[in-house]
Amino acid sequence: MSLWVDQYRPRTLDELHYHPNLSLRLKSLAASGDFPHMLFYGPSGAGKKTRIMCTLRALFGAGTEKLKIDQRVFLSPSNRKIEVNIVQSNYHLEITPSETGNYDRVVIQEVLKEIAQTQQVDLSAKQRFKVVIINEADSLSRDAQAALRRTMEKYMSNLRIILCANSTSRLIAPIKSRCLLIRVAAPSGEEMQECMKHVAKRVNFPLPTEVAQKIIDDSEGNLRKAILCLEALKTQSPDLSGDLTIAKPDWETYCHKVADMIIQEQTPARVMDVRAKFYELLTHCIPPGIILKTVAERVVERVDETLKPEIMHWAAIYDVRLRIGSKKIYHLEAWVVKVMSLYKRFICGMDLSDFD
Amino acid sequence: MPSTFFKPQPNRQPAQGQKHALEPALQPWVEKYRPKTIDDISAQEHTVAVLRKTLSSTNLPHMLFYGPPGTGKTSTILALARQLFGPDNFKNRVLELNASDERGISIIREKVKTFARQTPRAQVVASDGKTYPCPPYKIIVLDEADSMTQDAQGALRRIMETHARITRFCLVCNYVTRIIEPLASRCSKFRFTPLDSVSTTSRLEYIAREEKVDVDADVLNALIRTSGGDLRRAITYLQSASRLSTSTNPPVPITAEEIQEIAGVIPDSVVEDFARTLGVEITGGMEVDRAPGGRSFEKIQKHVKQLMRDGYSGTQILAQLHDLITLNHLLTARQKSLSSLAFAEADKALCDGADEELWILEVALRISKAIASEES
Ligand SMILES: Nc1ncnc2c1ncn2[C@@H]1O[C@H](COP(=O)(O)OP(=O)(O)OP(=O)(O)O)[C@@H](O)[C@H]1O
Ligand SMILES: [Mg+2]
Repeated sequence: MSLWVDQYRPRTLDELHYHPNLSLRLKSLAASGDFPHMLFYGPSGAGKKTRIMCTLRALFGAGTEKLKIDQRVFLSPSNRKIEVNIVQSNYHLEITPSETGNYDRVVIQEVLKEIAQTQQVDLSAKQRFKVVIINEADSLSRDAQAALRRTMEKYMSNLRIILCANSTSRLIAPIKSRCLLIRVAAPSGEEMQECMKHVAKRVNFPLPTEVAQKIIDDSEGNLRKAILCLEALKTQSPDLSGDLTIAKPDWETYCHKVADMIIQEQTPARVMDVRAKFYELLTHCIPPGIILKTVAERVVERVDETLKPEIMHWAAIYDVRLRIGSKKIYHLEAWVVKVMSLYKRFICGMDLSDFD
Repeated sequence: MPSTFFKPQPNRQPAQGQKHALEPALQPWVEKYRPKTIDDISAQEHTVAVLRKTLSSTNLPHMLFYGPPGTGKTSTILALARQLFGPDNFKNRVLELNASDERGISIIREKVKTFARQTPRAQVVASDGKTYPCPPYKIIVLDEADSMTQDAQGALRRIMETHARITRFCLVCNYVTRIIEPLASRCSKFRFTPLDSVSTTSRLEYIAREEKVDVDADVLNALIRTSGGDLRRAITYLQSASRLSTSTNPPVPITAEEIQEIAGVIPDSVVEDFARTLGVEITGGMEVDRAPGGRSFEKIQKHVKQLMRDGYSGTQILAQLHDLITLNHLLTARQKSLSSLAFAEADKALCDGADEELWILEVALRISKAIASEES
């Protein structure tokens, strides 16, 4: 049994719920023979991937849903073996650079070349080109991006590339220049209501508006999260009544705990405790940037208005350092110390003014 | 593991010339309207003038083309080579290597060596009945040379010298500073500038005529503004807009707003709203939000989160907010300077891969502080 998110995922452009103009645009692009390279961007859970798959289906027909997974081996320049799983149909193929470690350039280059040198095996195919989807394109290394540039032009007759990313900021200008940019905004509250009601109808149960609203408030525009949550709640309490609590993921609760610890006490001993918690989070593969942001946002909720901008300022500063540096824990910790000292100074300052 | 997907077609070369296989009607316009001769190149008058001379004298120096994306670098060298050698000889006289090829030093050396070894033979008349100068050397195009390592570039120096008699190199890149000096100094440099609005307009009008799409002055202006001198982008936008306009029945005319939407430009009203949240007064705006506490931390943070949810790209927000702030007459020089500092730092941070939300928030808070600090 598959999850509702997958089971009730729209399959064609006509079934898509929100952003009707965008769907229309994709439809007209797919209907014309001169489909461009594309770059879909937007926050996670906004439905980029769903839209891409619908577009593919509009391009090639239902055959794009017959997926198979191939394990392929590539050789790095230093003759190391890189094993990559590649999801593909007869018409398209997907790669996720983060799965290829430091060798994204080699893998992408090999895959694209192979495809460029092959023709559509299926002679009845509606298009003469094949599509390569590159997921998480914003994590492509600079090298890999550079390698894409001329390839995108040279092999245009049998290859189209669809990049999928959260933001365009990390992509180099020559890549953006070669793509049609498609922004996929997160659905609004009402739009999410509609989607969830639709799922509920297909599963066949009534969804009270308050329950839907509660889920929406918690999911920050992430429709995937919302539908997953709906399914979880429904299994928990089949009639969706009573006091429904939406469970936060463990790491989030953990981050909030860290924030509370910082506010409770500002001592070297406390820094050590916090560090232990950070290590725990890091070993569970929570990205350090997410940790920093989640903790910072929680701290800010609980301090005085005047402190808030400064705390976020330092979060921003240490966020960059964390990306450039190699020891993530140093920067997380440095930020904690910074915040503790700011907080302590603020409290002391308050005490003094109280005496005046 | 062989799969049907990767069935190689041995007699099909991925190299040049294969694009002709495609019906022109189905080609993306950027490829369809890639200049065929150097006289088709818009703008870049100086470069074209110099290259035209080399066509008649048939003597070519090593060359270095540099400039921003979509200004005609690759097109120029391909057109020039085609005019020098004609369709028949193009393949055996021109070697195109780019960043997607394996470009270790040894590979380059090997490829160039084997390529340069076969001495070019002069020829008479090409299959299309025209005669071509067909000078006795080969051209090696290193496209995207700025992504070559320093070592590879160093080695290239020697290679250039060893084969100087029968090869000419053309290095193509976006960032000339990434080319090591000894290499750059061996080449004649040609700078490709972003296309001016007149050249962009005439090229776009030409394409629009050929494709029978109607574009009015507003649309052209929008294309020029949003593409920033990158003709490839302007052409892609135009094509998508025309797809969209002809998909309805009856076809609707292309509008400037649509171009903006396709180009990923954030609507002015969205940026203005955001600026208002930060305390910037917008002249001509309907209502000016000056409520006390109107730009509290929470309010700003909420607004930033909304922008992120709408998927606007961080760099785009910064760019448009920057324009709005620096052109605003009601802000003092000091307020603008403080804001500019924030913009600069944020730009760097985003390039380094920092979190967009944190940095847009940072900029927003700093602007609002700069503005608040000078209010009575
Ligand atoms: N000066 C120009 N005149 C006419 N067409 C141009 C010009 N510049 C760009 N174009 C159009 O844009 C497309 C891309 O141009 P080209 O490949 O030459 O760009 P480039 O300068 O090599 O860019 P990049 O730095 O991204 O490789 C061409 O196919 C052509 O349609
Ligand atoms: Mg180029």
